[in-house]
Amino acid sequence: MTLLATERIKLFTTRSPWWSTVLALGVTVGLATMVGLTHDGPRPLTLTQTQFGTQFGLMVILVMAALAVTTEYRFATIRATFQAIPNRTAALLAKTTVVALLATVLGEIAAFGSWAAAKITATNTDLALTTADDWRRVAGTGLVYGIAAVMAVAVGILVRQSAGAISVLLIWVMLVENLVGLIPRVGADIQEWLPFIAVQRFLGNPGPDAVLGPWASLAYFAGVTAVLLVAALGSAAKRDA
Amino acid sequence: MIEAVGLTKRYGKTLAVDNLSFTVPAGRVTGFLGPNGAGKSTTMRMILGLDAPTGGSALIDGKHYRDLHHPLRTVGALLDAKWVHPNRSARAHLQWMAKSNKLPAKRVDEVLEIVGLTSVAGKRAGGFSLGMSQRLGIAAALLGDPQVLLFDEPVNGLDPEGILWIRKFMHRLAEEGRTVFVSSHLLSEMALTAQELVVIGRGKLISQSSTEDFVAQATENTVRVRSPQLAALRTALGRAGVSIRDEGESLIVSGMDCAEVGELAASTGAVLHELSPQRGSLEEAFMQLTGDSVEYHTEIADGQVPATLVPAGK
Repeated sequence: MTLLATERIKLFTTRSPWWSTVLALGVTVGLATMVGLTHDGPRPLTLTQTQFGTQFGLMVILVMAALAVTTEYRFATIRATFQAIPNRTAALLAKTTVVALLATVLGEIAAFGSWAAAKITATNTDLALTTADDWRRVAGTGLVYGIAAVMAVAVGILVRQSAGAISVLLIWVMLVENLVGLIPRVGADIQEWLPFIAVQRFLGNPGPDAVLGPWASLAYFAGVTAVLLVAALGSAAKRDA
Repeated sequence: MIEAVGLTKRYGKTLAVDNLSFTVPAGRVTGFLGPNGAGKSTTMRMILGLDAPTGGSALIDGKHYRDLHHPLRTVGALLDAKWVHPNRSARAHLQWMAKSNKLPAKRVDEVLEIVGLTSVAGKRAGGFSLGMSQRLGIAAALLGDPQVLLFDEPVNGLDPEGILWIRKFMHRLAEEGRTVFVSSHLLSEMALTAQELVVIGRGKLISQSSTEDFVAQATENTVRVRSPQLAALRTALGRAGVSIRDEGESLIVSGMDCAEVGELAASTGAVLHELSPQRGSLEEAFMQLTGDSVEYHTEIADGQVPATLVPAGK
């Protein structure tokens, strides 16, 4: 608990989590509001359309979580941290937990905020959360943001540089995972097993013939993240701070 | 007490710290002296467990740093005053450190008071001057009221007032029975601050002794003598078996004091135009001891200007 409190003080006494919060919520809820306001036509607004902004929010979360650790290396406060807490694994796990919790909360607010904003602004909607699948597709965003934050922290620990870590994360999510599908013959099969494609299955409506169901897809995403985190913690324990 | 036993750090092919052994006793200010790049900071980082030694170990009161429970209560360190998030306030920086080692929150205000930063505690640390940053670093080091303190080049870039303040402060800490280990590349500073000296060059131990002994041993006392009968005097001195070297129109005699040189001159019948004792400077002594072990040499002889500094066209 002490370590979590320490990391909480560290996180909220800098500016980046605050502007990340504003940006993440602004992008998601803002886009949903626009979708709601501009919607017209005979077909009611769907849940999928309201959650359209959460993809952008995810990018903000990745950047925020990576920065939470790379700025520590940038300003060498990681050394002050390891001086105060020589058990590096414990110190970094505490940081990971705090960042992931913040990301989860932001994810829930973003998803339900988007849903509510669209419901209020659009006239013709079909946005009742009736089935378990409906709930998963909204509330699931929090889980995705939380796990994605852990992944970004792990990449941050491994790469240590803000620009490097952010580039790796964003290029991976926005380019690599989309372009892999262009590889002839095997591309589409590989793509099914990429972590953020799995996220899309979890937040979407995968058909019965998908490689993994929604919850299995989330578990797969968490598994990939766990592997990265273990590698990052192992590296941090060995390397000179 | 800090103890280094065969401490070694290798970066690729470079041996930054080479089988270094020394002890830092409690109740004294111990200087850690060496030219830039001698391995002082690396050694301090290894003592704090930030860098893993390639060989050997560093112990604090017989324990590895990583085995200390709430280490800020045992060891306080200021390795670099810039190890602070620039957007975090001085108070917030100390608050998280205090929290991490379960120190009471009021201790933060106490150390801010000690270093005189109370009035700017809420300001962002990135806007601090170097002197203020150093004070914040010292406040962080004092947070856990530790018995062992490490400071890496604490007076670097400080104004005279700040230097004096830090010097007095270290003496007070040592008088309270604490172990104070402070590095510097300036012997003149160390001669005033430290009672004990650990001197290194190129990662190797050159000497460990009291500052007095080091200075006495390292600075050579010589006598400068000028005379119109320099040749005769030189022969006489040569017969007496002391070492002589020429310096312009005069001789520099070592191994004989002024009285002896004067008497010898009288018995030779040489007229003296100058007879003066010379005290070697600390810098010279330091250069003499570490001369071969400076990592980054500048090859500029006296009176010679490097080609690149000569204005074009000359």
